[in-house]
Amino acid sequence: MSTDTPDASADDAPTRAELAARVDELEAALDDDGQKKMSIIATKGTLDMAYPPLILASTAAAFGYEVTVFHTFWGLDILHEEKSGNLKLSSVGNPNMPVPNVVGALPGMDRVTTSMMEKKIDDNDTATIEELLETSLEMGVEFQACQMTIELMDYDEDDFYDGVTTGVGAATALQDMADADIQLLV
Amino acid sequence: MSSEFDITETLDVKGASCPMPVVKTKSAIDDLDVGEVLEVVATDSGSMSDIDGWASGTEGVELLDQTESDDVFKHYVRRTE
Repeated sequence: MSTDTPDASADDAPTRAELAARVDELEAALDDDGQKKMSIIATKGTLDMAYPPLILASTAAAFGYEVTVFHTFWGLDILHEEKSGNLKLSSVGNPNMPVPNVVGALPGMDRVTTSMMEKKIDDNDTATIEELLETSLEMGVEFQACQMTIELMDYDEDDFYDGVTTGVGAATALQDMADADIQLLV
Repeated sequence: MSSEFDITETLDVKGASCPMPVVKTKSAIDDLDVGEVLEVVATDSGSMSDIDGWASGTEGVELLDQTESDDVFKHYVRRTE
């Protein structure tokens, strides 16, 4: 049995013009429109974890990036008009917190640590979550709320800030990630 | 500081911290015409590195100068495109 692959006959070989066309096509696919893109997946809804996606999204927009932030599971709360102003800091699970975990687990402790953090945010003139969201929206950041988790959490599409895109799913996020220069899961 | 450029607008971001100085600088520079210069006045010490990084990574802007005095940081950015 011969395993030799016969050389392609001269008739099958692509012409120089065909090759040049294919190279152009591939280069065009690489180039896109030259627009830099960032895609962030935001999955967390605690006060501390709401900041990184919003800070990076607004900063990337300032750099001229086209930014999409896909919010899913607890990340939806960041876009939720009522909930976004009341995001909480967990008093357990982080050994750097000023109270030991065993104390942090007592009823009401999340409220205490959240107030402490909110006071620090206020004292430092750190932007609030709402300010960052509104600034990002003004700068053209696209915020997407995952449809599957909207339904899972019993939220309504009207619960979210104006300008938030609903009716999107994992395939939309995947497409954005595939097109993006920077992809982050927060 | 030698003033080899005329300041068109001044943006006061004193008190604001990351990412607001950069974000507001971007919005303010978009309102200028090509060739005009924005002065950004900040108290965020991180703004020295951040505005520098933003200007080098962003097309159409040029960082002309940065100064620091009494914990006030001033940045001069020209719109070039």
